[in-house]
Amino acid sequence: MTALTVQDLDAGYRDFQALFGVSLDLAEGETVSLIGANGAGKSTLLMTIAGALRPWRGRITLGGADIAGLPDHQRARRGIAIVPEGRRLFPSLTAEENILVPSTGRGAGPWSLDALYELFPMVAARRSQRAGLLSGGEQQAVAIARALAANPRVLLMDEVSLGLAPAVVDGFYRLLPRIQESGVCILLVEQDIDRALAASDRALCLLEGRVVMAGDSAGLDRDRLVSAYFGAPSAPGFSATKTAGAPVPLDKRVPLDKPVPLDKPVPLDRRVPPDRRVPPDKRDPPRNSVPPDNPEVPR
Amino acid sequence: MTWLNDTLQGIFVGGGYALTAVGLSLMFGVMRLVNLAHGDLAVCATYLVTTVMAALGVPFLAALLLMLPVAFAAGAVLQLGLFDRALRTGPLAPLLVTFGLSIMIDNLLQQTYSANVRGVPAGSIDVAAAHLGGLVLPWLSVLKLVLALVVIGGLSAALRFTGWGRRVRATSDDVAMARLQGIRVRPLFATVTGIAIAAAALAGTLGAVTTGVYPTLGTLTLIFAFEAVVIGGLGSLWGTLLGGILIGVTQVLVSQVSVPYATLASQLLFLLVLVVRPQGLFGTPQADGQAAGQAAGAEA
Repeated sequence: MTALTVQDLDAGYRDFQALFGVSLDLAEGETVSLIGANGAGKSTLLMTIAGALRPWRGRITLGGADIAGLPDHQRARRGIAIVPEGRRLFPSLTAEENILVPSTGRGAGPWSLDALYELFPMVAARRSQRAGLLSGGEQQAVAIARALAANPRVLLMDEVSLGLAPAVVDGFYRLLPRIQESGVCILLVEQDIDRALAASDRALCLLEGRVVMAGDSAGLDRDRLVSAYFGAPSAPGFSATKTAGAPVPLDKRVPLDKPVPLDKPVPLDRRVPPDRRVPPDKRDPPRNSVPPDNPEVPR
Repeated sequence: MTWLNDTLQGIFVGGGYALTAVGLSLMFGVMRLVNLAHGDLAVCATYLVTTVMAALGVPFLAALLLMLPVAFAAGAVLQLGLFDRALRTGPLAPLLVTFGLSIMIDNLLQQTYSANVRGVPAGSIDVAAAHLGGLVLPWLSVLKLVLALVVIGGLSAALRFTGWGRRVRATSDDVAMARLQGIRVRPLFATVTGIAIAAAALAGTLGAVTTGVYPTLGTLTLIFAFEAVVIGGLGSLWGTLLGGILIGVTQVLVSQVSVPYATLASQLLFLLVLVVRPQGLFGTPQADGQAAGQAAGAEA
């Protein structure tokens, strides 16, 4: 039984399209990790599912019901919860008040305040502290607790490890199985590919707003995933624009036994053949760069 | 003893200012909306009370109590129909919209009721007073101060301790995130504006018993309320009470020396606070920065 499906989703900001025909589905209790470079559209996808952005095209269904037209607060009440990038707690509220905010629309489920405090003892210890004064790790714990407090069906987690010490991040990922056991399905955005694959049942790779690779986390070829992540044209048969989630046929796959270290020259046999190279003047400008002829654009 | 009594009268006057200003403070604190029509809406309510009294022949207090739900509803409807749209357009639009509303109300009232000062026949409460030693306790003034304390205390407690208050504060911190937590922001804002306008209507009508009512009274009401909010610190309700009382005490004390200078003195107090402590007495510089950051975020 699929809990959440996204079909052929286009979305973006004003005149900038960030997602192109993205499709995915989450089964009940499943964890899917979303992998991709900065600007690949991961956060946009999560925000569009949560309802902060209106999709331009496509369907989003939750438990079979189309929710693409619903405003964000109604989607929250139907069981979509988000741990947003940068945590975005309510800084003037205490840790406990933050967790209690979604309680008005909460569904029935295992995540009572006591259960959340048991999951995050460090939050229990600082429950009366204003959220703006908590440490990064404590804030992240409150953000996860706040999302779980609504007893959601779908939990969207955006870069939980951002800006946190590795030991703290390890702590969160050790708790993840307990969250998964509660039956919620999770769409997990994580920059660390190994961590993402270890924590999820399946993985999707986004590149420039398109799903370029998908499969079981255990069976994914890590090197191909790295290529997909960076959009490197080093794997023939792999196109950023055409595959759209379909696996590359076996006979077209290129065995890449070792990823190419970035600081070493690319070996001759892995170089892009001259006929497939893009001349420098036809390449896309780097993301977020300011065109040289337009110094007025604020960075 | 005269000075003590004057100070007491100043506190009473300030209670009236604070009761008017609390809605302005609440609306700015929650929605970052500066309602320039705040005073005019209070004046509308006063005219409504006098009209209802004349038409139905009901006593002042009954008309006042009848008016409160109407003022609440008017505030809620204005929020849903007008202010919400203005807020979506950025920080400047609400100023223009409420300024325009203020001018429209002003002129509609002049058209309907003429520009003359009209008394509000409140009956015996108008002049009734108790004497305590050398102190005079005019019942109407005491009522205004008590109502200010009750409204501000009640609102503070509701904001601090209830689920509604938690949702209001969360929405004030981050509207987009509040929506993602399942908060229905529109009805929440409508309630806040309803409460703000009802409090202003109450204060304006009680104030008009002493001063009489005329269509342009709203502008003067707005100035004192605005100063009370800024002196107390933007968004702080108890700060607004203190700001109102400081203005009231300054005015009454200076008016013992020279009546024309009383209004000027309160403006000078306002300027002094802006120079010495621009964030207001109860405001925090961080809160200002946060508000500025949110405004910048809304523009981007």
